[in-house]
Amino acid sequence: MITSVVETVTESLAPYPGAKVLEVRLKVGALASVIPESLEFCYGIVAEGTPLEGSRLVVNVLPVVVHCAHCDQDAELEGIQSFRCPQCGEPCNDVRQGRELEIDSIEIDEAKERA
Amino acid sequence: MTTRIVELRRGILKKNDELAAGLRANYAKAGVLVLNLVSSPGTGKTAFLEQTLKGLKAKGARVAALVGDLETDNDARRLASSGVPVRQINTHGTCHLDAEMIGKHLDEWAGVALDQLDFLFIENVGNLVCPSSYDLGEAIRVVLLSVTEGEDKPLKYPTMFNSADAAVITKTDLAGPCDFNRGLALKNINEIRPGIRIFETSAKTGVGIDEWLGYLETERANRDH
Repeated sequence: MITSVVETVTESLAPYPGAKVLEVRLKVGALASVIPESLEFCYGIVAEGTPLEGSRLVVNVLPVVVHCAHCDQDAELEGIQSFRCPQCGEPCNDVRQGRELEIDSIEIDEAKERA
Repeated sequence: MTTRIVELRRGILKKNDELAAGLRANYAKAGVLVLNLVSSPGTGKTAFLEQTLKGLKAKGARVAALVGDLETDNDARRLASSGVPVRQINTHGTCHLDAEMIGKHLDEWAGVALDQLDFLFIENVGNLVCPSSYDLGEAIRVVLLSVTEGEDKPLKYPTMFNSADAAVITKTDLAGPCDFNRGLALKNINEIRPGIRIFETSAKTGVGIDEWLGYLETERANRDH
């Protein structure tokens, strides 16, 4: 998974030759089966020898949001132990947020481009 | 230092998702119902699948199975006794199957064509974590839980249970000796995936297998347009 992050970020650097990556920001849903600490551990190893070496990995975990048909509105769940509407207590199967697994943005240093 | 923020908004598993979408389209075109079976190691996926393959074959359905493990072709050899085509996928260390592996094995599988099948089963690597993130293009994801594992498995692995379309409780013949609390297990599954269809089965005694086979036939008929 991290290999895919490093590859995607490296590809996205094409318009910025010589740029160095300072930070990579991921958006990871609470249902994405990802442990931020494991990602960070692997990241340091995989990033070695690439333009991402030495950069920070920031994992932003998004809570689960379900749509409650009963209340006809979206509601954020406190955890992932019970899929019920926090307002009315009805079971909710319609997950609107929480499965994300994406690279949101990167912060790069372009200085070397001009050097 | 000139810093710049570059918005990427790219899916980390975009490549897998795209390949899975391609597989899904191929399955639909061929009219084959594809199921992805996921569970912990030791839940009894293979024994359950063996009964499923035999049962469907006896009803005249055209069936095949892909089975994933890190090493050995033990499962494929065991399932071959059911008389349907079975192919082993060895991941050599990877803890899940991905869409690329499925596509490659389907391409290389001599004598098995999707449009000649009614059902294709994919037995995933025993793991309740990573397989939940990897779409294989399946129509139905089936999560299995044995009575020997404890009723709280759905609460411990909610990401997998929440992503499933059907749940199968296995080894119900051992429920007594294990003090299995059936009501609690059903409640926990429903807490994580409200309303999911649950089958209570024993591959050993055959309990629940007919109901499961009936479900498979109905699902296939409903999607066959």
